[in-house]
Amino acid sequence: MTEALAQSIGATRLFGRVAAVDDVDLQVAPGEVVGLLGANGAGKTTLIRMLLGLLRPSGGEVRLFGRLPSIDTRRRLGYVPQGLGLYDDLTPAENMSFADAAFGIEKDGGHGGGHGRRGDDSGGGRDGDAGALPPGLGPMSKIATGRLPLGVQRRVAFAQALAHGPDLLVLDEPTSGVDPLARARLWEIISDTAAAGVGVLVTTHHMDEAAECDRLVVMAEGRVVAEGQVAEIVGDAQVTVVETADWTAAFDAVERAGAAAALVGRTVRVPGASPSDVRRMLGDLEAKVNAAPATLEERFLQLTLSASS
Amino acid sequence: MTQQAAATQGTGPSFGIRGVTVRFGAHAALADVTLDVPAGQVTAVVGGDGAGKTTLLRVLAGALAPDAGEVRRPPATRTGYLSASSGTYPDLTVEENLAFSAAGYGVPMARAREKSREYLERTGLDRARRRLAANLSGGMRQKLGVIRAMVHEPALLVLDEPTTGVDPVSRADLWWLIARAAAAGAAVVLTTTYLDEAERAASVLVLDGGRALARGTPDEIVSAVPGTVLTSPERLRGPVARRAWRHAATWRVWIPPGADAPSSVAGEITRPDLQDAVIVAALARELGGPHD
Repeated sequence: MTEALAQSIGATRLFGRVAAVDDVDLQVAPGEVVGLLGANGAGKTTLIRMLLGLLRPSGGEVRLFGRLPSIDTRRRLGYVPQGLGLYDDLTPAENMSFADAAFGIEKDGGHGGGHGRRGDDSGGGRDGDAGALPPGLGPMSKIATGRLPLGVQRRVAFAQALAHGPDLLVLDEPTSGVDPLARARLWEIISDTAAAGVGVLVTTHHMDEAAECDRLVVMAEGRVVAEGQVAEIVGDAQVTVVETADWTAAFDAVERAGAAAALVGRTVRVPGASPSDVRRMLGDLEAKVNAAPATLEERFLQLTLSASS
Repeated sequence: MTQQAAATQGTGPSFGIRGVTVRFGAHAALADVTLDVPAGQVTAVVGGDGAGKTTLLRVLAGALAPDAGEVRRPPATRTGYLSASSGTYPDLTVEENLAFSAAGYGVPMARAREKSREYLERTGLDRARRRLAANLSGGMRQKLGVIRAMVHEPALLVLDEPTTGVDPVSRADLWWLIARAAAAGAAVVLTTTYLDEAERAASVLVLDGGRALARGTPDEIVSAVPGTVLTSPERLRGPVARRAWRHAATWRVWIPPGADAPSSVAGEITRPDLQDAVIVAALARELGGPHD
């Protein structure tokens, strides 16, 4: 069995009496992209801070590369925070050399320095790209990073996090604010990185993005409430869909009956009620009322709301 | 028939822009863009950073005069606007923010209180009604910003990236507010960078570099994709890689009309989704291929 790159075993973290993370088991294996989903306050950030070694667990255990997190494990880790962690007034090239210096990477030799790469690294084509600016930057490599388009800034942040050839990459909301093509291109980098044997842990609020992951871990109220691939998490959860010429009347009727209605195009989706219940709520309104499979987002909301009640 | 039903069937007032161009110096932030924003439905404007989304919304909200083109909008008192940068007063409480807005729009106190209470309760903000806006979480602040923009029951509600950076629970609350406004007959227009969200709108405008790349209902945009989209389980290499992108852990590749699929591509013909359609439109423009 391959060694888990990052692992939490019954990890718990208390702030006062509140358990921000409560008995969480999580593993990231080499070559795997694990998506961490959760509402604000679900415990994702606290869990990641423990995995990065920035916060000690109050109970249970956290292991990075089989050991307790330390300065040495930090060198084998790439991290892109939500705010990107770039210096806005340095150019991409200056940002890269600054990070290289911090990790002890020499300019000519790709990565060298004291830590080196581990022998069991499956490497692949990754080393050729490591330490380099993202391709196609052209004249943009000479502009202050803060003035570049967001998609380009994100590519620079990825390149910087990968420059020292990490074994584990941790990404917090990696594609927030970029257009669909730029987002697809960022996911190509993530997928190439994983294909080269790096383990990736990524948090996201967007379900489109969750579908790119090999495996998802859903947290709510500090606990893991679901785990697996998208289809496994959605399971056979269903919602009721109302199609009618007068969606506003349907929306109002469902809301008046105390159920939650969601608008999608001109249809109304009702997650918490069966088709026959919804039919009753609609009275004599002309409408097609059917059950349909829930989306990942709808299932996620169900899991989150039931954990908090 | 209710007034709202009439609005959804296209007889309500319709707002929008026609042939609008906005220049900042030599740069055209918007170039000849047309968009209808009908009453009683949600219209989404999608595109990345720098596509022109914010400029378009500023024009619609009356905050910016275009260099050319027509704007149809209600008077300022009948418009609600959440700008991308600031939707709330940080040093007022939640309640004070709403009372201040309502007073500014001349909404009778009792009516404003009733609306505020409904929206705050339904979106879980009522527990925070005495908290300063500066101390709200990102999601709560966005909810407050949207409520502030709609508490005077505007005919046109303009929301610039209402859901960017918020978590799925707050996003569901925000979409409830958006649906509520549309159900009450408002013409709602919003921007987003996420296409699963745009799919919830009745019609979508895709902007890129200040130009309209595609428009229509999500289905119409998908049906208008030129050529063929294939799905491949493996990453494509060689020249065709420029027309390939990652999609839900597989690879998609676009074959333009009239072109043959390279023999190296063993892909299955796939009905594109909105995300594919927008990427094809961007690729067609980037690679100089056919587009509308």
